[in-house]
Amino acid sequence: MNDLLTMAVVVSALHLAVPLIYPALGGLISERSGVMNIGLEGMMLVGAFTGTAFAYATGSPWLGLLAALAGGLLAGALLAVLCVTLRADQVVAATAINLLGAGLTAAFVPIVWNVDGTSPPVHKLTAWTVPLLADLPGIGVIFSSLTALDYGAFLAALAVWWVLFRTDAGLRLRACGESPEAADSAGVPVLRTRFLAVTMSGAFAAAGGVYLSLVSIGLFQASMTQGRGYLALAAMIFGKWRVWPALLACLLFGLADAVQLRLQIASTLFPSELLLALPYLLALLALATFVGRASAPAAVGRPFART
Amino acid sequence: MNPTLIEEIVTDEPNPTPAAALTGYARRLRGTLLGAPAAFLLTIVAALLAVLPIVYLAGSDPATAYRALAHGSLGNQNAIAETLIQATPLLLGGLAVATAFHAGLFNIGVEGQLVVGGLCSAVVGIHAPLPGILHLAASVAAGMAGGALWAAIPALLKAHRGVHEVVTTIMMNYLAFSLSRYLVASDGPLASTTQPSATDRVTDSARFALIWTPTRLHAGFLLALLVTALMTWYLYRTPAGFRLRITGANPTTARFHGINTRRVTVRAMLLSGALAGLAGAVEVLGLYGRYYDSFSPGYGYDAIAVALLGQLVPFGTLVAALFFGILRAGSVELAATTGISREMIGVVSALVIGFVAVQPAVARLLARVLRRTR
Repeated sequence: MNDLLTMAVVVSALHLAVPLIYPALGGLISERSGVMNIGLEGMMLVGAFTGTAFAYATGSPWLGLLAALAGGLLAGALLAVLCVTLRADQVVAATAINLLGAGLTAAFVPIVWNVDGTSPPVHKLTAWTVPLLADLPGIGVIFSSLTALDYGAFLAALAVWWVLFRTDAGLRLRACGESPEAADSAGVPVLRTRFLAVTMSGAFAAAGGVYLSLVSIGLFQASMTQGRGYLALAAMIFGKWRVWPALLACLLFGLADAVQLRLQIASTLFPSELLLALPYLLALLALATFVGRASAPAAVGRPFART
Repeated sequence: MNPTLIEEIVTDEPNPTPAAALTGYARRLRGTLLGAPAAFLLTIVAALLAVLPIVYLAGSDPATAYRALAHGSLGNQNAIAETLIQATPLLLGGLAVATAFHAGLFNIGVEGQLVVGGLCSAVVGIHAPLPGILHLAASVAAGMAGGALWAAIPALLKAHRGVHEVVTTIMMNYLAFSLSRYLVASDGPLASTTQPSATDRVTDSARFALIWTPTRLHAGFLLALLVTALMTWYLYRTPAGFRLRITGANPTTARFHGINTRRVTVRAMLLSGALAGLAGAVEVLGLYGRYYDSFSPGYGYDAIAVALLGQLVPFGTLVAALFFGILRAGSVELAATTGISREMIGVVSALVIGFVAVQPAVARLLARVLRRTR
């Protein structure tokens, strides 16, 4: 019990936080443009599956990663067609995406690999040892156990923050989420902006999904995301639709997950089945205590049509 | 209680909530001659055509697949009974989703509420020392209470803190799965000594009677039909149902007319959870006679498709539940003879939900084309 916060737990917390950070950033982009994206979970599964399938077929996890991002863009574009172009109910359409992602990927496992449920193992993305930093005492171990995709998550957060809050394009995107009518009369192409944002969010969600399959465990398993798309959404809401607070929330959920895994090994005091629920419980508590209605983008969930 | 009244109020609103737009669309559909059955059939046909690639990829062909599906679900007495058995939790779950939807709530937590409902009904069914029909009634009530309890937290968070119910109900789902796995794990407090990942058997007095021997069809199916009729009455013939629907259609108007929308929201969610819990109870007390961990193959998610395909009215939900019952019952033979994964049902559910979601857009497009040709 006393070695709960060792470096191993910190590394494990990072590994568990990264697959939340990517979809949380994706959700943030989409919601800031005015489209509620509850379909992250399904898009993650699409990414995890396409990544594994292509890594299996080509033998290269990097090509798998590229394919996963492409698959995520496709899934995002599908949601964009439904919600932005056809103005479907965003929650209902995203639910369709979630069930489609879960159902299709599970149905394709026996078609691709001739087995039910779980793919054979594929080559994982290998960790990258940063010269010099990895030799540091204590924290050095972090810099020898992270992959490019881990560093990428923090770079992506920086990039999303920069684009959304420091560029004109980001201002226009946020305007579409706060007041699409005003943005429209100022000449911002609301539908095109939203379409792009939702499509991009698919690629981000897929990056989180492919992290699970090509970094964490090295294979695809039906419904392997285990609600992480929704946890990411909770982290984003908890972070009040802001990049850095959302990132912190993801790290917090990752830490909770790492601690419960550690507790499962270290102690028999709590049954492991209940410990597994800890991240979800934490997310629920976070939503219950901290959220304020006022912090959501004003037009989120509302389809836009010129009248 | 005048249906056109709601219509007027909704069309008054310049920006109806998306849920209201969909319920409004379903209402207009029912107002036209044959509109509702046509939309129902077109949705099914579109979904079944869209899964054809999977059929081919699995190395089968449509004729073989549909023959296997039909034979497995309607081919003989046993198959028909299995279809009705599968339709029962789908119908109750569909009613749960539809009821919440009418109040403007999207309850994706039916799966978790169903699990907790099943657990609670099993506990009372095993332990309560009650005689005869009382025991059954108490077990059913416990299941409904369990489902309502599981919906209470998202309901309160939605009504009082404005937290969107989708994320919270999903979190409650995962909590329910964890709780269930823990309770019936090998050393868990409710685990049976003879059956892995299950509780002990429910006492016979708490079981639903078999109604079509030698099949497994039980009286829970009749209860589900009764509840369907009751929900029609409640939603469309009582003041409480009217308040529920007006709150979903236009919360602002509802508030201006003195309706306590928070209370209506909480009540609608509790009712929805109770219906979901009843679905779980019916499975435990009717079909299995004990609680099995992960007894539900995703009824709670299919229920969303059932409610939307049924155009959110109880009778439509019944017809949609029968359709998905056919799919579920037939999928066993389908998988055995053609190798098409049973996950295909999840895909059909997803496609149905997607097609229903875009129907208002298709209807808009059609109307525009018709106007132009006129």
